[in-house]
Parts: sequence; C-alpha cells; structure tokens
Amino acid sequence: MQSLRDTWLLFNHYLTMTMRNPVMVIVGLFQPIVQLLLFAPLLEPIANTEGFPEGGSIGVFTPGLLVMLGITGSLFVVFGFIAELRAGVLERMRVTPLSRLALVLGRLLRDVVMLLLQATVLVGVAWLMGLRADPAGVALSMLIVVLLGLLVSSCSYAVALILQDENAVASVLNFLILPILLLSGITLPLTLAPNWIQNVAGVNPFAYAVDASRALFIGQFSNPAVWQGYLVMGVLAFLGVFWAVRSFRQGVA
Amino acid sequence: MIILETKELAKSFRVRGRLVEAVKGVTMSVQAGEIFGFLGPNGAGKTTTMRMLTTLLKPSSGQATIAGIDLFTNSRQVREKIGYVSQAGGAEGASTARENLILQGRFYGLSLPDAVARAKELLAALDLEQIADRPSSSYSGGQRRRLDLALGMVHKPKLLLLDEPTAALDPQSRAWLWTEVRRLNAEGTTVFMTTHYLDEADALCQRLAIIDDGRIVVEGTPDDLKRQIVGDTITLGLQFQPETGQQVQALLQEQSYIHSLEYDEQAVRLVVDRGAEALPKILRLIDDANVHVQTVELSRPSLDDVFLKQTGRSLRESAN
Ligand SMILES: Nc1ncnc2c1ncn2[C@@H]1O[C@H](COP(=O)(O)OP(=O)(O)OP(=O)(O)O)[C@@H](O)[C@H]1O
Ligand SMILES: [Mg+2]
Repeated sequence: MQSLRDTWLLFNHYLTMTMRNPVMVIVGLFQPIVQLLLFAPLLEPIANTEGFPEGGSIGVFTPGLLVMLGITGSLFVVFGFIAELRAGVLERMRVTPLSRLALVLGRLLRDVVMLLLQATVLVGVAWLMGLRADPAGVALSMLIVVLLGLLVSSCSYAVALILQDENAVASVLNFLILPILLLSGITLPLTLAPNWIQNVAGVNPFAYAVDASRALFIGQFSNPAVWQGYLVMGVLAFLGVFWAVRSFRQGVA
Repeated sequence: MIILETKELAKSFRVRGRLVEAVKGVTMSVQAGEIFGFLGPNGAGKTTTMRMLTTLLKPSSGQATIAGIDLFTNSRQVREKIGYVSQAGGAEGASTARENLILQGRFYGLSLPDAVARAKELLAALDLEQIADRPSSSYSGGQRRRLDLALGMVHKPKLLLLDEPTAALDPQSRAWLWTEVRRLNAEGTTVFMTTHYLDEADALCQRLAIIDDGRIVVEGTPDDLKRQIVGDTITLGLQFQPETGQQVQALLQEQSYIHSLEYDEQAVRLVVDRGAEALPKILRLIDDANVHVQTVELSRPSLDDVFLKQTGRSLRESAN
C-alpha cells in the first residue's frame, strides 16, 4: 500500500535527520532527569505522610515524570516543524504524489520512537536510583506514554499549521505548560491537594495518564485508573491524529 | 494541444473576518511546449494562482485542468505530471543536494537505485557535482536555486511551474537560469513561470498573461501585446518652470503625429508615430520656444507600456 511505503520512507528520513542532530532529544531528557535526581530526594520525607500514594517517593515520582516527558518532549517537535514550513519543505512535499496520511504518520512515528527512547533512559536512571517497579506495569505504561506522545505531537503540528510562527507557538506553550503539569499531579500527588484542585484536575486528561501509570508501576492492573487512563488517552490520541491529518490535508495557508 | 486550462479560477481568504479576494477570476490556457509567462505586480495573485495550480490550495470557485485531468477531483494524478519550484524553494537545509534529490525521487515512486541514478544525472546537468555532498544550507543563493530547480525536475514533469525563479538572483545566475529554462523547454517541457521582470518575460516567454488585482487583463505573445500599443514613446527631461508643461503642450498641440502628451514636474511623455522622425521636429519646436531640454529618451513599445495601457499604472510604480 502506498500510504505504508510513504510513511516508512518519511519515518526513515525524519529519524535520520533527528539522529544527525539529536540536541532536542537530549535537551528533552535533561529536565525530567534533573527533577529525578534533585526533586525525588525531597519527596522522601513526605512519602510516609497520610494521603501519599503507594510506591514510595521514587515509585510515585517516576511515572509522573514519564508523563511530563511525553508532554514537554512532544511539544518541542514543533519548532523544527515551523522552520521547515518556512523553508517551504512541507509545501514541496505536498506537491509530490506522497500519501497525505504519510506526511503526518511518518513524523508521528518518528516522534513516538524518540519518546520511547527517552522514556527508556528515564526509567533506567530511576532504576539506578532504586526504583523497583513491576516490569510488566512499566512496559504497559509505555503504551500510555505512546498515546500521550501521539496526542501532544499531533496537536502541536495542527496548532503550528494554524499559527505558523515560533514566537506565537512559544507563548501558547508557556501559557499552557505550567498549569497542565501542576494539575497532572506530576511533581506532587494530587491526593495531597485541597479538594478544589482535585476537582479541577479531574478534567485534566493528563492526570488520568499519571494515575494510570502510577497504578501500573505498582502492579495494580485491575485498578480502574488503568482502564480510564487508556480510554482517555486512546480517545484523545485518536482525535489528535485526526485533527493533524485534517490540517495537513487542508494545507499550509 | 492545451496542457493547462483554467476557467474563472478564484480564491478568497478570510482574514480576521474580512474577505480578501486574492484571485478574482483567472481564465487562460497554456499550450504544450511553450514557455508561458505570468506577469503582474506585487500582490496581484500570482503565487495564489500558482498554489491552486499545484494542488496546494483549493479554489473558492472555478475550474482548472492539467493535461485534461481535473485538478481538484484528480489531484493525485495531476501531481505526477507537474513539477513545482516555489518562491521559497523548499530544499531541506540539513541535507545535502544529493540526499535531497534522492529523497525527492523516492517521493515520486522511484526505487532507490533509480533515484540515486537520477540524482547523479541532475547533479551533473545542473553543475552541482562539486557541492553535492555538502549540507544545502551552506549553498550560495545561486547554487540553492539550482538545487530547487533540480528538485522540481526529478520526475521529468510534462509541466514545470516556477514561481519567480530569478527573484533575488545575481545577473550571472539569472542568465544561467534563462539558458536552463530554454534548454528544458527545447527538450519538451512546458514551462509556466511567474515573474516581475518585463525584460525576462519578453526574452524568455513565447506567450504571457498579465494579471492585475486578481484578474487577467491581457493574454498573448509579447509581440502581439506590443503591437496593440500605437507608436513609440518619447520622454523629454526639461528644465521646468511652473508653466513649462502647459507651454510645451500648447507648442505641440498642432502636430498630427503626436498621439498623446502627458507631463509632470520632471518630464514630458509623448506617444508618437515613427519616433525617429518625430524626435528632431519636436526638439526644434521646443528649442525655438527657448525651453531647455536636458535629456531625451526614445523607446519602442515595451511590455511596461502594455501594462500601463491595460491597467493605467506602470508595473514598476506599482511594484513599489
Ligand atoms: N494565505 C493567505 N491569507 C490571506 N491573504 C492572502 C493569503 N495568501 C495571499 N493573500 C493575499 O492575496 C493577495 C495576492 O497574493 P499573492 O501572494 O498571490 O501575490 P503575488 O502576485 O504572488 O505577489 P508577489 O509578487 O509579491 O509574490 C495579496 O493581497 C495577499 O496579501
Ligand atoms: Mg508571489
């Protein structure tokens, strides 16, 4: 099938480009690892307080950082993309018979592969710091990370096609990122938060991803948070990819 | 045979609630085998038309076919037949010319060995071999433009669309590009190109259309278009006193070989029959009246005059 061939072609191309200049991939890993090294020890004393979830400080913190990685890492794919838009690279591709679907899927596949690579490194570092999580649970939460990456990457591309400007995109990101991260319970579990914050977080889809990964890390596969997390992320990832495909089809204004 | 035909092609954009009519109605036809020029001032709608013809934009209304295939219902088939070099170019800066070309070949369905062979061929043809394995972001403007052109030709398209191929090029690269376009054309490629430069359209294009404010104002061969302009133009730079203009107008009013006369604070512009014969007579008349002539210019009808006649403005003026 042509879409498959083209997706594979573009995936290989983008992967080569990223490998040639992996700065973004390394920078993307830097923040979560610093947090892991410096912030996790700070959580140690409160890990035994009432309301702190099971799993110990690093067991609770690592799944949160995985989600953070998925959000921030995938948001930054957008800068390279806008530069490409400006140079007319995407436009040149759109004049060729390349499958329209492949134009999006090739990129997303690259993003997801890079994200998985980063996530593996992150879990590896956490392991060295004493994380002892359920291996099957870790593997299953990687799937959550994949869905999350698909969602964030595809929305970033769609927004970039609308704004077409690095500065505008950067301000939108800055505006969104902090509340999203705080309200996901990434750094501090929301079980410690006052009620109203918990209510607000209830509509934050990323909080579902965090809760699901935390449950998976301690091997609670039948915890409702798990299926809820998959469902919320799955549906949103699907909608996100759909939006991106549509935007690419309509093209670059 | 007609290779490209449009009927009342139009595109409007909605910008902050306001409707911008970028292209209001373009009807034209391009014959297979010609170099067709698409001429117009800034913002006339050239690029927007080009983007519709290359399947990048859906028109608001109207029709277009390429090689008889409908552009908007069979976009995929059309894409195989056309090559496009946009104003921005579109080469990947982090990749080398060779990598860019191989990948582009793959986009058009070539197998890897075929794409490699084709890239080699084009690198040689466009004199890019020496820099073929350097990232294209390090190229000079002219080298970059050559790569852009090569990218548009990878699949040997029947119709090559070039959006301002020579804008911002030095004279040497410009001359090179003209030669290249002529060579391609001689090999059977139809070329549709936009340009700001009248001399370029005159020298290169067998036929052209002038677009202004989203509409085609005239279409034909450069010679046909110029023939519509009666007479030659004489421009006299005079030492102006406040009443000089009127004085010269009064002096020359009776002369039957003068078709029209306009003046501003610097010059008097006359359209006359047989300029070479008229010029001495005019100079004599003016000299007798003691008006001091500083410069004289006699010009055959140019495309700029065609544009002026069709739109009431000079292309050079409106380009600023
Ligand atoms: N995506 C868009 N959204 C809104 N307006 C647009 C868009 N693209 C073009 N326009 C407007 O349409 C008009 C025609 O633009 P176009 O780029 O086709 O002109 P052009 O003839 O190529 O000019 P130039 O010689 O400067 O390249 C301009 O007024 C431009 O501002
Ligand atoms: Mg233009």
